[in-house]
Amino acid sequence: MKKLYYPIIIEQNQIARGTFSMKLQCNEIAETALPGQFVNLYCREGEMLLPRPISICETDREKGILTLVYAVVGKGTESFSRLKKGDTIKVLGPLGDGFKIDESIKTHILIGGGIGVPPLVELAKHLKGEIYAFLGFAESPILVEELESYGAKVFVATDDGSAGFKGNVIELFKNKNITGGMIYGCGPKPMLKAVGKWAEDMGIKAQISMEERMACGIGVCVGCVCKIKKKEEEDWQNRKVCTDGPVFWSEEVIWDE
Amino acid sequence: MNKPDMQINIAGVELKNPVITASGTFGSGKEYSEYIDLNKLGAITVKGVSDIPWKGNDSPRIAETYGGMLNSVGLQNPGVEAFIEEDLSFLKRYDTKIIVNIVGRTVEEYCRVAERLSDTDIDMIELNISCPNVKEGGVSFGTDLLMAERITEAVKKTAKQPLIVKLSPNVTDIVSIAKAVVAGGADAISLINTLLGMAIDINTRKPILANIVGGLSGPAIRPVAIRMVYEVAKAVDVPIIGMGGIMTGEDAVEFMLAGATGVAVGMANFTNPTATIDVLNGIEDYMIRHGFNNIEEIRKSLIL
Ligand SMILES: Cc1cc2nc3c(=O)[nH]c(=O)nc-3n(C[C@H](O)[C@H](O)[C@H](O)COP(=O)(O)OP(=O)(O)OC[C@H]3O[C@@H](n4cnc5c(N)ncnc54)[C@H](O)[C@@H]3O)c2cc1C
Ligand SMILES: Cc1cc2nc3c(=O)[nH]c(=O)nc-3n(C[C@H](O)[C@H](O)[C@H](O)COP(=O)(O)O)c2cc1C
Ligand code: FES
Repeated sequence: MKKLYYPIIIEQNQIARGTFSMKLQCNEIAETALPGQFVNLYCREGEMLLPRPISICETDREKGILTLVYAVVGKGTESFSRLKKGDTIKVLGPLGDGFKIDESIKTHILIGGGIGVPPLVELAKHLKGEIYAFLGFAESPILVEELESYGAKVFVATDDGSAGFKGNVIELFKNKNITGGMIYGCGPKPMLKAVGKWAEDMGIKAQISMEERMACGIGVCVGCVCKIKKKEEEDWQNRKVCTDGPVFWSEEVIWDE
Repeated sequence: MNKPDMQINIAGVELKNPVITASGTFGSGKEYSEYIDLNKLGAITVKGVSDIPWKGNDSPRIAETYGGMLNSVGLQNPGVEAFIEEDLSFLKRYDTKIIVNIVGRTVEEYCRVAERLSDTDIDMIELNISCPNVKEGGVSFGTDLLMAERITEAVKKTAKQPLIVKLSPNVTDIVSIAKAVVAGGADAISLINTLLGMAIDINTRKPILANIVGGLSGPAIRPVAIRMVYEVAKAVDVPIIGMGGIMTGEDAVEFMLAGATGVAVGMANFTNPTATIDVLNGIEDYMIRHGFNNIEEIRKSLIL
């Protein structure tokens, strides 16, 4: 059940430049979280009042451990990176509606960009069948081994060519000519839009995890909306990323501009 | 020592305590009922309701700022019919008062909502003439004396429940607006709504909000709110619901000392889902510590 917890940080490591992995002893969330869900992390500093939404990267149900992987991009994530093993942190979760898993699907295609990769790890753990993961990064890849440990065949692209394919993840993916029964995407909006377009062209269903600035994270403030088509109507409506999503069917999303 | 009497009376409606939720920050209570006992609240003010569904503004709608946040939700809501069907029936299961915040683009739209609510089981109407995101004829109702009085009068005629008018702080003279709505028939006043603000991402050199400007709330606005409650309380005789950056019981007491009878908790709900109950406990602790028997005593105890 989603609730406020004050777990202890049992590990905090830098896994790439500006990217950290934080492990929390939080049995309740670890036991119930589903792939694609997120948690609200609260800052300690007085002037930062809104929680930061961070995806659940991995859970260990037996040991009750929750792993979060985040990039330092501003004051809030910077303050998380200064926390040490043994410190406690205020967490609300698990939140949101994650990826839908269809057991009848044999081949799964995961596409992740940068800090959108973390939720794909927990997803891979829950999927049965063949898993292909295409990951794009600006420079250093993260979480490749974790994905492989859950049976995913991983392909990496980097902007500077320092690891894997030089270029973006969509080009890499198209080059490989791999197809499957379901696509799962998480990353920057242009990438998600391209994933949706490709899925539509190929006639494959795609689930994408959307990101929007949030305040409450629990469906109250109506601050985090994206445009979603109404069923059997021309019209659209603003749906909340925090509770109606973050995962949506790509065919339903209307992209701005 | 005896437990202090927390009860307050606003326009003939008895609230078991002065803690109310600020419109738009508590949905219709459903989400927070997972964290707190709604029966413990004095009243719940629901998010702004219009006559037909409103889509609101584009995203991003939220920007955190120092000690506060900007929002440009633009009053997205599913309309009064959906409110009555889904939210009201839920709220009626609880022993707390229900205040419905109503919004509109024209006088007629406001009146249609009040009319539709007239035969429902709600306790009070809060007229939101202060949303910075919606305007009529270039002037929002809350910043023009004549418009403020006219809309209050029109809604007061239509409404069957006591009418609270919620004021905008985006004016030079809050007292004259307060007097105008009291002249128009307001039974109570709530203040403040959000202060118009703006934030820019210096790296992309773009405004953070898609709407460019939005309403500022949170502790950053509290001194402005306290000053306005203080000025309005001296000038009018109707009860006041004070809000703007209340995070703790101490903050709420500050509003009461400035002249507020009720207090509303807004953005604090996002920082802390149990904020309303923490504020309630904080007020009670303060009363016990300082020997106050009831809220009215606090209200009259400011030393100048
Ligand atoms: C559902 C969801 C899952 C996410 N999962 C992850 C994850 O697993 N790892 C990770 O590193 N990041 C993730 N993010 C993005 C992360 O929430 C932001 O990077 C973070 O909030 C930035 O906070 P800050 O204080 O460091 O930055 P600031 O820029 O100082 O933050 C100021 C405000 O803007 C908000 N904000 C800034 N950037 C974003 C953004 N991109 N998305 C949403 N809000 C933002 C913050 O929450 C805060 O309220 C996720 C976002 C969402 C919506
Ligand atoms: C996300 C959000 C939505 C709001 N929606 C409404 C609304 O629908 N109607 C209204 O009268 N005020 C609305 N407000 C204003 C609050 O009710 C309150 O007046 C203001 O936020 C100041 O209080 P605070 O600092 O405690 O949040 C909203 C505020 C926020 C932050
Ligand atoms: S963050 Fe408040 S509704 Fe989604």
